[in-house]
Amino acid sequence: MSSATPTRPDSSSSILAIVGAILAVAAIVVVGLLWFLVSGGYFAAFGRWLYTSDAGSALRYILVSLAMLVPVLLSTAVLIYLERKIWGSVHLRRGPNVVGPWGVLQAFADFGKFIIKEPVIPASANKGVFLMAPLVSVVLAFAGWAVVPVSDGWVVADINVGILYLFAVSSLGVYGIIMAGWASNSKYPLLSALRSAAQMVSYEVSIGFVIVTVLLCAGSLNLSDIVRAQDTRFGFLGWYWLPLMPMFIIFFVSALAETNRPPFDLTEAESELVAGYMVEYSASLFLLQFLTELVAVLLMSSMTAILFLGGWLSPLPFAPFTWVPGVVWFLIKAWSVVFCFSMVKAFVPRYRFDQLMRLGWKVFLPISLFMVVLVAAVLEFTGLGAHVSG
Amino acid sequence: MGAFALIGRFGGFGSRDAGNGVRGGDFQEAGDMAEAVFFWIFATILVGSAIAVIVARNPVHSVLFLILAFVCAAGLFMLMGAEFLAMILVVVYVGAVAVLFLFIVMLLDVDFARMKQGFVQYLPVGLLFSFVVGAELVWVVSGWAVSPKAAAAATPSGTISNTAALGLVLYTRYFYFFQAAGMILLTAMIGAIVITLQHKAGVKRQDIGAQVARTPETAVELRKVPSRVGI
Repeated sequence: MSSATPTRPDSSSSILAIVGAILAVAAIVVVGLLWFLVSGGYFAAFGRWLYTSDAGSALRYILVSLAMLVPVLLSTAVLIYLERKIWGSVHLRRGPNVVGPWGVLQAFADFGKFIIKEPVIPASANKGVFLMAPLVSVVLAFAGWAVVPVSDGWVVADINVGILYLFAVSSLGVYGIIMAGWASNSKYPLLSALRSAAQMVSYEVSIGFVIVTVLLCAGSLNLSDIVRAQDTRFGFLGWYWLPLMPMFIIFFVSALAETNRPPFDLTEAESELVAGYMVEYSASLFLLQFLTELVAVLLMSSMTAILFLGGWLSPLPFAPFTWVPGVVWFLIKAWSVVFCFSMVKAFVPRYRFDQLMRLGWKVFLPISLFMVVLVAAVLEFTGLGAHVSG
Repeated sequence: MGAFALIGRFGGFGSRDAGNGVRGGDFQEAGDMAEAVFFWIFATILVGSAIAVIVARNPVHSVLFLILAFVCAAGLFMLMGAEFLAMILVVVYVGAVAVLFLFIVMLLDVDFARMKQGFVQYLPVGLLFSFVVGAELVWVVSGWAVSPKAAAAATPSGTISNTAALGLVLYTRYFYFFQAAGMILLTAMIGAIVITLQHKAGVKRQDIGAQVARTPETAVELRKVPSRVGI
């Protein structure tokens, strides 16, 4: 495989779209099949066993979790490929085009390489914490998907405090980075960990207030209920992105900061910190850290789609559009947000750290705090707010 | 004996009301067994990590064990159907407070050997204190019983969720206490800022407004530089 002269056909954006669509459809089919399997129906006896016995319940939870995790993992591969293609297009390059047709297998080639290389652990590292950090990161990144409703009823755990759970899990993501930075026992990772801790704690505050405004409007902490609350006769104009416009923007920018994405990727700013907290990581340990970032991006995109873009709802609430399965709308919305994440990385220059802190504490925090009061007041005085009496 | 009875009550906790926790009652048939298993897992790890917080030689490891203890405590709250408290514990203590602990402990340049030196010397005092606190705990817990009124009040009426029930109590009955707590926290925050914020003379500060308002006319100055003289 000669990498000097690309002999593959030129990758146009239409081919890109087709590949993305095929992979998305494949993911849907996998989810659908597993769901069909576990929700009874065809394998009636097996289904009954799944729902009646203790062991069946346990197996059911495992199967449902797999039905969630496998598409997420596949999506990370798609995400790597798509992002590199998008950045390539923005930079007038070709992007990956060597491994597989149009380079679609590039992500899998990368995975393979990460796994077969030797993981090097620095002699002065604190070994236990050093090895645990990527595991903590990756477990927390995947744990958030337990409450994400991809369609009406398609959710692993439909808990009452779903949004708080997501918030908690995403705020714990900082531990993977701090632990990695400290355990590496090296200058760059430590500085990176400090930056990351300050950054993520700061932006959690504004994300928290944004979530509070959404909760005030929806009247529930359950993610499915939040989506249902956006199901109005106005279609996509009734989703919260429009009524809560400034919060939508604040949430998107804070999500960039929370996932350490450009323009807020100060934790791994190449020109200052080499690779930040990942400097000492190699092979499969690096793969886990890398995977965490990608999964976090996907999770934040899904969260944006659920909170502000109506989740699985169709943009126009009448016949031909409502026939489309909800999961398709959800995927379209989530991937659109992912596209925005990639585009931001391609053309926004990196912030300086003091600018980042200023934006978080002096701009977003006052605005979001004010909006919480405003939204609560409007809901109260117009009588639109959800009231609980007990 | 009272302590064991208490644990037994939590361990056999099976009366999860339908409005809380996982919807649809999927766990109902999996039953008390799974809850008991989870209770013992969480409780064991909680006690183990609490001991490890004290025993660990490295302070960073202590903080990490403390975080593990917080998470297990959140798990126990979850088992009791107090999902809101569980999530708040994780968000506030694990997500913010412990991050700052870790942040500070990480940067301390501690000589572990010297830190451990006075251990035997302080042991009797420590043992005395722990004995007193332990005795008090046993005394209190063994005499503790749930009043029948509390049990009735703790059960949310009908379909109301745990979070809503908490909000109703907090913002009606205990509203003034809630406000007072908020004021105390605000005072503490302002106090911390007043103590640490010092405007030193001679330090260059950034004025974002002035920076943004700059135009080529105000920012660029053209001058004739005489040859071999300079400005």
